[in-house]
Amino acid sequence: MSTSTALWDLGSCLLIGLAYLAGLVFVAGLAWRLYTYACTPMPWPAALTPAPKSQGGALLRLAGNIALFPSLWRADKYLWLGAYLFHVSLLLILLRHLRYVTYPVPALAVSIAGMPMSTIGLWAGCVFGLATLYLFVRRLALPRPLYLSGWPDYVVLALVGAIAASGLLLRYWAHVYVVDVKAFMIGLLTLHPVPPPQHPLFLIHFLLALALLVYLPFSKLLHAGGVFFSPTLNQPWEVQMPGKRYANPWDEKAGQPAGGPDGQV
Amino acid sequence: MAKFDEAPIVKDQAAGGVLIAPLPREGAASGVRCWPSKPKDTVCIDLPPERVPDWQEKAVAKLGELLAKNKALRVFMDICVRCGACADKCQFYLGTGDPQNMPVARAELLRKVYRRYFTLSGRLFPQAAGAADLDEAMLGRWYTYFYQCSECRRCAVFCPYGIDTAEITTAAREIMCSIGVSTKYVTEVVAKVYQLGNNLGIPPAAWVDNCQFLEEDTLEQTGTAVRFPVDEQGAEVLLVPPSADNFANVDTMIGYAKLFHVLGTRWTTSTYCNEAGNFGLFLNYRNLKQVNKRILDAARMLNVKRIIWGECGHAWRAGVLTPTLNGPMDAFDPPYPYHISQFVADMLRKGALQGKIDASANDQYLVTYHDPCNPARAGQLIDEPRAILRACCNRFVEMPSGTIRERTFCCGAGGGLLTDELMPIRMAGGKARAMAVRHVQANFVATICAICKAQLPELMHYWDVPVEVGGVVQLLGNALKL
Repeated sequence: MSTSTALWDLGSCLLIGLAYLAGLVFVAGLAWRLYTYACTPMPWPAALTPAPKSQGGALLRLAGNIALFPSLWRADKYLWLGAYLFHVSLLLILLRHLRYVTYPVPALAVSIAGMPMSTIGLWAGCVFGLATLYLFVRRLALPRPLYLSGWPDYVVLALVGAIAASGLLLRYWAHVYVVDVKAFMIGLLTLHPVPPPQHPLFLIHFLLALALLVYLPFSKLLHAGGVFFSPTLNQPWEVQMPGKRYANPWDEKAGQPAGGPDGQV
Repeated sequence: MAKFDEAPIVKDQAAGGVLIAPLPREGAASGVRCWPSKPKDTVCIDLPPERVPDWQEKAVAKLGELLAKNKALRVFMDICVRCGACADKCQFYLGTGDPQNMPVARAELLRKVYRRYFTLSGRLFPQAAGAADLDEAMLGRWYTYFYQCSECRRCAVFCPYGIDTAEITTAAREIMCSIGVSTKYVTEVVAKVYQLGNNLGIPPAAWVDNCQFLEEDTLEQTGTAVRFPVDEQGAEVLLVPPSADNFANVDTMIGYAKLFHVLGTRWTTSTYCNEAGNFGLFLNYRNLKQVNKRILDAARMLNVKRIIWGECGHAWRAGVLTPTLNGPMDAFDPPYPYHISQFVADMLRKGALQGKIDASANDQYLVTYHDPCNPARAGQLIDEPRAILRACCNRFVEMPSGTIRERTFCCGAGGGLLTDELMPIRMAGGKARAMAVRHVQANFVATICAICKAQLPELMHYWDVPVEVGGVVQLLGNALKL
C-alpha cells in the first residue's frame, strides 16, 4: 500500500467521521432548539390582527406566510422577488438532490410536470446563485441593509453561494461520477460508509454543505423552523369567544380576587 | 415649538401623503430621553426607587427568566435574518432617520445582550457573533431607544416571520423596571391610577361634578335630559372610558351618553375605576395585571351585566387580555371583552339605530379615520369604526392605503411616550400621520384612542395641518336624533 493510498484512507475516515458528527449536531441541535420553542409558554394572546378567528384559519395564515412571503411583498417588492426566487430554487435544488440519497428515486426527484429534474436543477441552480448574489450585493449597496448587516450575514450568504457554485461546477463542468457519489451518500445514510469519490471539487462541495448543516441550528438560519412558532402568526383571534379563555401558564394567581390599590398582586 | 425645529426631525417631504424613507443619520435622536422616575411614584407601584446593586447580573437573570416564560421573546431573539424589510416602516425611523430606530436595530439592542449571555458563540466570540456586554452604555441605549418605541407593531406587519418589536420592547422595559430604571411619566400615571382611579388623577368628587356639568351642558344644547350616571348599582352596562374623555375629549363622553340615551340602555361609570387606559402595559406585567383588575372589580362592585371599553387604544390591547390577566369573565354577558365600536357596529347591524341618525349633522366635516395602532394591529378593530363613520357622516375619505388599517402609522405618542420631554420624538414620529392627513385634505380626524386625541392636535399644529381631532362616538353623538 502506497503512502498516498494510506493518506486517502485516513482522509476518507476523517470525512466520514465529520459527516456523522455534522449530521448529529444538525439533528440534535435543531431538535433541541425547536423543542425549546415548543416548550416555552406564550403568556398572553399575541395574534397580529386582523387575524383569523379559528385555529384552522391561523394555520392557513401561517402556511400562506411560509409559502408566499406576503409580509415581505408588502414591505419591499425587489427583496420579495430576490428572497422568493432564492427559497423556491433552494427547494427545487434540494428535490434535485434527492436522487443522490434515495433508491429507488421518488417520482418528484425525477421530473416535475413532465420536465426532467436535470433541466429544472440547472435553472434552479443558476437562479439560486443569482439570487444569492443579489441578496449579498443588496446588503452592501443599500444604505439601510448596509447599516444592519454584520459579519454573520455576509458569511452565511458567501457560504451558500460557494455551495451553489461548487455544485453547479460539479454537474456541468468538472463532472463527478454520479454513481460514486450515490454509493457514498447511501453508504453514509445506511450506516455502511464507503470511501467518497476522489474528486476535490466534490469534497469541497460536501464539506461546505456540512459546515452549513452545523451552522444552521445556532444561527439566524433557524428562521426555517422558528417561523412556525411565531405567536403573532400562528395564533387565532379567539379572545372574544364566549367561554374561551387564554390562560397564562405561569401566572398561577390569575383569577384570584386578591389585591387592591396598594399594588399588591 | 421652535426649540426642536432642527435636530432630530427629518425635513424631507412626503410624496402622495407617504413619507420618503430618510438615509440613516447616526445618533440623530440619541439626545431625546424620558425623565427618570421619582421614588414617590415607584414606591406606590412596587418598583425599586433607584438602580439596584449588581444591576448587571440581575438584569441578565431577568432576561433569562423572561426567555423561559415568553415564547415570542425566545423565538424573536433567534430568527431575525436582518433583511431590513422593517427598516423603513417605523414612524420613528421615518421621522428621525436615527438608525437605532429601525425596528431591527432596536431589537438588536436586546439581541446583542442575549447573544452575549445566552449563546455559546456569543460567550466565546462576542465580536464575531454580534454580541455585546450589558454595560452602562448599553443600558443608556436601552433607556433611550426602548422609550422611542410606541409598541405599535407596525414592523410586525412587514416582517416575514411576524417578529413583533413590541414584545421585545416590553421585555426590555420589564428588565429595566426590575433593576430600578423606569420613566417618570409612566410610573407617575400608574401611581395615580392606584391613588385616584385614573391616569389623569381626577378625584372621585371631580368626576361626579363633571358628569353633572356635562348633563347640564347637554340639556342646554339639545333640550333633552341626557344622563351621565356615576356608580349606579345594577346598571346594564359599565362603561370604562379613558378618563380623558370626561375632561379633555368631552364631546366623546357626550357621544357615549347620547348613544345609551337613544338605545335606552341603563349605563354607568365607576369612580373606583374610571380609566380604561393601562400604563402597566408600558411598564411591567405585574402592574399591567393589577391595573386591569380594577375594571373587573368595579364591574363586580356595581353588579353590572356587561363591561364596555371606551375609546382608548392601548386600553383595548389590555382589555382583550382581561380573561388572561384577571380570570374568566363568564359571569358577564357575552361577547366579552366588548368595545364601544363593536357595540355600536352590532347595534347598527341589528337596526337598533334605524332612523335615529341624521348624518347631515356632520356635513361640515370631511372626515378621515386614523386607525390607532393597538385596536388595528392587536385588537381586530378595523371595520367597526369605519362602519360607524359611514353611518353617521356623509363625507368620509380614506388616507393613502399604506397608512391605514393594519398598516396604520402610530400617532407618535403611544407606548408611554406622551410626555413633554419627548416632544421632538413625538413630532417626528407623528409626521407620517400628519402628511397623510394633509394629503387627503380632511378637516376632521376621527379616532378611537385617547392618546391619539391628545397627541394629534399638537402634531397637526406643529406640521401646520388645519384639522379638528375627535372621537368616532363624538361624530355619532352629533348625528343622533334624541
